[in-house]
Amino acid sequence: MNIIVCVKQVPGTNKVAVDPVTGVLIRDGVDSKINPYDLFALEEGFSLAEKTDGCVKTLSMGPPQAKEALKETLWMGASESVLLSDRKFGGADVAATSCALALGIKKLGEYDIIICGKQTTDGDTAQVGPELAQRLGIEHIANVTEILECRDGYITVTADLDTVIQTAKIKLPCLITIEKDANTPRLPSYNRKKSMDCDELIKVYSVADIPDADENMLGLKGSPTQVERIFPPEKNSGQEISEGSSDELCDKLFELLSTRKFI
Amino acid sequence: MGLIINNEKMTPENAQKLIDICPFGALEYQGGKLSVNAACKSCKLCVKKGPAGIVSWQDETAKTVDKSQWNGVCVFCEIVDGKIHPVTLELLGKARELADVIGHKVYGVVIGDNIKEKASELLHYGADKIFVYDDKAFSQFTITPYSEAFYDFIEKIKPSSILVGATNLGRSLAPRVAARCGAGLTADCTILKMKENTDLVQIRPAFGGNIMAQIVTPNARPQFCTVRYKIFSAPERTDAAYGELVMMDITDAMKKSGTEIICSKEKPKEIDISEADIVVACGRGFQKESDLAMAKELAELLGAQLAGTRPLVEAGWISPKRQIGLSGRTVKPKLIICLGISGSVQFAAGMKGSDYIIAVNNNRDASIFDVAHVGLVGNLYEIVPALIEKIKGGKA
Repeated sequence: MNIIVCVKQVPGTNKVAVDPVTGVLIRDGVDSKINPYDLFALEEGFSLAEKTDGCVKTLSMGPPQAKEALKETLWMGASESVLLSDRKFGGADVAATSCALALGIKKLGEYDIIICGKQTTDGDTAQVGPELAQRLGIEHIANVTEILECRDGYITVTADLDTVIQTAKIKLPCLITIEKDANTPRLPSYNRKKSMDCDELIKVYSVADIPDADENMLGLKGSPTQVERIFPPEKNSGQEISEGSSDELCDKLFELLSTRKFI
Repeated sequence: MGLIINNEKMTPENAQKLIDICPFGALEYQGGKLSVNAACKSCKLCVKKGPAGIVSWQDETAKTVDKSQWNGVCVFCEIVDGKIHPVTLELLGKARELADVIGHKVYGVVIGDNIKEKASELLHYGADKIFVYDDKAFSQFTITPYSEAFYDFIEKIKPSSILVGATNLGRSLAPRVAARCGAGLTADCTILKMKENTDLVQIRPAFGGNIMAQIVTPNARPQFCTVRYKIFSAPERTDAAYGELVMMDITDAMKKSGTEIICSKEKPKEIDISEADIVVACGRGFQKESDLAMAKELAELLGAQLAGTRPLVEAGWISPKRQIGLSGRTVKPKLIICLGISGSVQFAAGMKGSDYIIAVNNNRDASIFDVAHVGLVGNLYEIVPALIEKIKGGKA
């Protein structure tokens, strides 16, 4: 089975803040890592590949340093990777991102299934997977908690639909997004890390390398949504801040809870 | 469209300044030239805050859309297993507010099997028209029939804005349909406003940090957004039904599905912190897992649900089901006590709507004090045990 897993490199910390006076974003470290939700997608891909004698290829879009995230996927078990990296991909919203990934999928060739994480930790939208499926014209199912069976051109999964768990049989090729904690992700293998020539296995494509790319569908140009402004969150007005000894604060808290009849 | 960098004026100092300003590491300086890489999020901070005249922004003549052809604020009404998801009512209330700004109608779209009666219940929440797709093909949620029906509705009615609940179903369906329409889609909006030119102003926490982003879709219609449950308030049910039901034709395309639902089992009733009246929430101010015992004890005394922030969930101290925030649940209790929580936007987005917010944190500058109604700057390790004793004493 040919399996493609989409991954994203995300900031290692969530500590990005806005200086309320200057409006400038304050960065705290620039560490990056693979989106934690993607690790479950990768693991699901690798175990499906093992069961079906298939292979996993990985795909990402991002700045040149996103190659590091793809390297990790190779060390875990992927056979090759594609990174879409070009200024023209930059500033992409969900629509433009899914268009770019659809082009990347074509670069990776034939596939039976595409696996994505349920969402990313930096965008938290959970939208790229379903949009990508639409662009490829394939069926999708989100929030998959388990792959039960995969044969005869179908995959059977369980999926979390908030109040119910669906058991669904889906025609291949299709796209699935994997729920958090669906499995225990594997670690990168030291041996693979030592023996692999990652630069050989990761192909980096710019827009110019993709003949059927339509620049109007990509990056900022291809993004229907526009960020009008960014700003620090509003403060609650009429708040009351107390300082003092722990005893005083405890008394205060007790009084608040009593007068409001919580105790 | 995009950033234009005037490299003739570039100096290493200016380059460094710009690189420092960019929160996304999207600027690179090499061989005396600054360039923008794919990490650029178009936040334009380099234009606004950088040295003058070096980076500028060029708007290209954008694709335009005739906005007058798109009318109405529409809510996707989620009905699963014969139950109207409460987020639907919250969105109908918000849709009315938004529609009134521009004199548009409020529409609902309902997709399901044998669903007419439930759909008419929605007429008690202020919608002008509820469009109903009623067929056996929709008895279970599968992506193709639902998106075909939704798309059919958009093509026929041409609503200007579409609000979808950010449930698992909504988060699967909305992007699919938005992509098909070539429309923009903003996830998990926490504030929605309407401009007079019918542009929907969508505000959400962004970039994984303490930042809000205001997003618009000025050159495309429809405008899609998703909103979590418990972000907005549901309107009161009116005794009289208002508006009308419109039954829509079912096409063959809606009956084809590449997905077969073998079975659909109700999930065992789980702890649901989003329904709790009182919540005790814990953050990284707790130094070790066993210290959570005092928070648990306090929660029990108050009849509250225990909840926590993402770091505690990631550490395995608290079940993911008890996580508050954008990647967890949204809560709107009568009282929430936040213990040792710094208060990231991600977290605040999940609890800001609470009636009464008390925060205990030893850092006076913690952002949680910006959302709390009452902030206590102090050591939770002293305050909480003392409070527990006091409550016990008071009850004895």
